Order: sequence, then structure tokens, then C-alpha cells
Amino acid sequence: MQDRIERSIEINAPVERVWRALTDHQEFGEWFRAKLDGPFKVGEVTRGQITYPGYEHLEWVAVIEKMEHERLFAFSWCPGASDSDLDPSTEPQTLVEFKLEATSAGTKLVISESGFSALPSDRRVDAFRDNNKGWEEQAKNIAAYVET
Amino acid sequence: MSKLEPEQSVTDLTSVFAALGDAIRLELVTRLGRGQTRSIVQLAEGLEITHQGVTKHLRVLEQAGLVMSERSGREKHYRCVPEPINNARTYLDTVAVQWDEALVRLKSFVER
Repeated sequence: MQDRIERSIEINAPVERVWRALTDHQEFGEWFRAKLDGPFKVGEVTRGQITYPGYEHLEWVAVIEKMEHERLFAFSWCPGASDSDLDPSTEPQTLVEFKLEATSAGTKLVISESGFSALPSDRRVDAFRDNNKGWEEQAKNIAAYVET
Repeated sequence: MSKLEPEQSVTDLTSVFAALGDAIRLELVTRLGRGQTRSIVQLAEGLEITHQGVTKHLRVLEQAGLVMSERSGREKHYRCVPEPINNARTYLDTVAVQWDEALVRLKSFVER
């Protein structure tokens, strides 16, 4: 059994439009359903709050791994670490990759998540462990969820 | 999409996947997968590694909760424990569905 998931979707929009929806942190947050604190930067941590109804107590934290213009956007995160009861150092750290390909109809987007067998490195653990108490401050700022 | 928390513990996942990420261990689990118990000698048959090698792999599988051993006279017999693999599969399926839903939201967002 592979420790990897892959899914794809055809989008009727040009690659540059899809790229923007992925790599602009505000646009990303709109469809992903998270309110993110700041822009995505390779090598840096981005944090925010999940805005998905019922999960607003969860934090969103990821380390941006790659931004290859209009081709590949990748970040790593600990899927379980947004639950502050869990210790990130025992949770898997997965790599999420969005690959874009221009097609005659627009864009083919392939997303893969891999690495469920891997524990995070110490550097990553710190990124995922810090700042779990942000929830209380964010609680007042949770944006109303907007239907797309 | 959010990282919805599946009911099974994600903590056990890394050791299950790590254990299964080895071709020999995968083969051992497959051989035990039909519910029979097997001795080390039986499991090693046809595999190009020593009995000691098989024992080491079985230990990894045991630690991940994928196999169980029991004494049969002087021998140890092993059998597969199905729950961790089923849980891991269910977890992956759940995550895949979440991504499907997120991709649909992305598509709607971009195409509007």
C-alpha cells in the first residue's frame, strides 16, 4: 500500500488563473477554507485558521516547499498537528504537491499528498508546534464563510 | 478543505506505512494475509534472505501492530492483524475524498 494519494481535475481556465488561485494566499484561503496570515514564500511557514464550518478551532500551518511558476506549488504540513492535543513530532509530515498542465480546455491540475510514513524533522516540528494558542486571538477575527 | 480528523489515530499511521514501505515486509504481510499462521521457516521459503533477516522484518511488523506472534511448542508462529492496514486504507480514502472536495471548490472558484 503506497503512502501516497493522487487526484486530478480539469479546470476551464488558463494556467495563470489557476496558479494565482493556488499561490495567492488570500485566494487559496477562499476555496480551501482557511484564513491565512500572510503570503506564501518558499522555505517559510504560513499560518492561519481553518474556516471550514465545524473546524474553525483548527490551525492551518505549512512550510512552503516549492513555487515553480505556473507548474508546481508544494508545501509540507502535519495533517494531525492542527489538533493541539497531538504532538507533531509523532505525526506524519506529508508533502502536498499541485502540478499544473495547460490543456486545450484550460488546465489539468494534479494534486498528490505523500509521505505518510515520514515523521517530521526537528525543524518542521517546531514550525508545526509553535503558536497553537493563536486560536483564541483568531476567534474574534474569523471571517464569515462566503459561498463561492 | 480542512484536515478533518478521521476517527482512527494518525499516530499509528507512520509506523504502518513505514513498515509496509519495504518489499520484503509487504511480501510477508501478503503471505500472512489469508489468515493462516506461519512459522519463520515457512515465511522464509522462496525469499532470498536468511531466517534472521525474516525475524528482523517480522519484528518491525510486530511493532507496527501488523502481525502477532504466538508460541507453538519451541517455534514462534506469526499471523496478520488486519485492523491497522484497514485503518490506514480508510484514512487514505478519507484524505483522498477531502482533496476531491477541495478540488471541486477550487474549480468553482476559478471558473466563476
